[in-house]
Amino acid sequence: MKTLALGAVALLALLLAIVLGPAHVALADLATSDIVRSLRLPRAMLAFLVGGALALSGTGLQALVRNPLADPSLLGISGGAGLGAVVAIALHVTNPWTIPLAAFAGALGAMALVYRLGVMGRGGAGLDAATLLLAGVAVGAFAAAVTTAIVSLSDAAQLRNAQLWLWGGLSGASWQTVGLMCAYAPIPILALLASARSLDLLALGEEPARHLGVDVPPLKRRVYVAASLLTAAAVAVSGVIGFVGLVVPHAMRLLWGHRHRPLFPAAFVGGGALLALSDTAARVIVAPRELPVGIVTALVGVPVFVVLLRRWTTS
Amino acid sequence: MDDELILDVADVSYRYPDAAGDALAGVSLAIRPGELHAVLGPNGSGKTTLLRVALGTLVPRVGRAAILGRPAAAWVPRDLARVAGVVTQREDNLFPQRVRDTVGLGRYARLPRWGPESAADHAAVDRALARCDVQHLASRWVWTLSGGEYQRVRLARALAQEPRLLVLDEPTANLDLRHEMQLFELVRALVERHYLAVLLVTHHVNLAARFADHVLLLAGGRPAGAGTPAAVLSPDAVAQVFDWPVAMTPFDGRPQLTPLRQRKDEP
Repeated sequence: MKTLALGAVALLALLLAIVLGPAHVALADLATSDIVRSLRLPRAMLAFLVGGALALSGTGLQALVRNPLADPSLLGISGGAGLGAVVAIALHVTNPWTIPLAAFAGALGAMALVYRLGVMGRGGAGLDAATLLLAGVAVGAFAAAVTTAIVSLSDAAQLRNAQLWLWGGLSGASWQTVGLMCAYAPIPILALLASARSLDLLALGEEPARHLGVDVPPLKRRVYVAASLLTAAAVAVSGVIGFVGLVVPHAMRLLWGHRHRPLFPAAFVGGGALLALSDTAARVIVAPRELPVGIVTALVGVPVFVVLLRRWTTS
Repeated sequence: MDDELILDVADVSYRYPDAAGDALAGVSLAIRPGELHAVLGPNGSGKTTLLRVALGTLVPRVGRAAILGRPAAAWVPRDLARVAGVVTQREDNLFPQRVRDTVGLGRYARLPRWGPESAADHAAVDRALARCDVQHLASRWVWTLSGGEYQRVRLARALAQEPRLLVLDEPTANLDLRHEMQLFELVRALVERHYLAVLLVTHHVNLAARFADHVLLLAGGRPAGAGTPAAVLSPDAVAQVFDWPVAMTPFDGRPQLTPLRQRKDEP
């Protein structure tokens, strides 16, 4: 029942993303319209993929660091991506692929640094969840400081570009970016799905999980790397989009329970639907201009999050 | 195969990195099916270190620890979980869970990597719930259980692993009298009816003396006696290990401890 409902919501979100937009396209012309085929359809699909990736990654990270408030942006990856993108913007590069590539490189750099620091937490004996979180926050803060320094030294046009990128947007969507995500995402997604059952046990603590048969250190490495790679790709093609990776896992945990087997697919579809809807809103509300989609997800996400937090802390 | 050694710890010593002295020195332990062994000692006597060595988490500096003839540290967690069920001192549930689901986690090591649970898995969970007398709690949330119920549920999860060795680390810490006795009676029944081998770590001298077949007394990481409770738990030995004067009186053929007042003259 709830699976059907979620599927219906996702379909509706994709449909709205195709039908609605600043340019009027008659319903009869949807199938033949160029605007739909080369702009709205790839954009809707990219929004869905990015939202799904962020939500899936957030679900995995919450189980990994054993903290229900963890979010992909807490691990410094978004900060690193933002720094990479802003450096590319400040260098006046014109190739459309440079910014995503620079963002991706920045994300990978931050991920490697946080991982190094996270391993150090136990004298090299394994990833330590608490150290990982602290390292993520520290690396993220440092990257944000450098990003702001660069932004404050750049001219007005660059400033606007950088700000738009930092709040996330899907205007760069094309069939190429969709294809890239489709080719890239399955490996980290499969790695997370394969870890679903083990993550159920990790929720008890590392020692109980080990005694129940989980080989904990490789599990943590696998989940961290997979979730980070997924986030890095999402951020590279869409900028920093907050709250999807935090709110969607929460909502889905309330509806689907905490078994990660059913939870992971639900989080992916839920995240995809939310971002597709948010992006439609971002395009339509102030048309013909466009809001950064991260503002919409934050405006929707923060109140939802407060409600969830109250339910979480009172139950 | 009845007297096959399940756990064989032989003359083991262990020193933590950067520590000045041995945390464990010259300790041996041999457990066969249908035997309940208690490791007794005060805090810091090396009980937990011994557990870690026995389960292969720590590799001894001297001596050897083997489970079913294979070095404990050589077992991968998945294989070990099918042989040894462990009830740790502590765990926390990050997410709310129902009793049946948490007991079901005990099946992890016996499930195929991708496939779903089979009828045999459900049957094993039912059996484990019944043996620990917690079937009636199956649909309750874990966080609504009392301390005694919770420990029985955790024991049921270990039984769902269908182990041959059960390792219990201070299983009745914080339990009141009734729940403490209930748990020990349950463990004893498992030993006798299902021929489980049990390694129990505790500092409850009386309970160990009542329920264990074999007691290992630890003091400062060294064995201070090993054998039947009656042979090991002399007043002198217990007083020395726990650093407090005691009297030991037999009850049901088992020595029972009464701590003595140190200054009888003062009010």
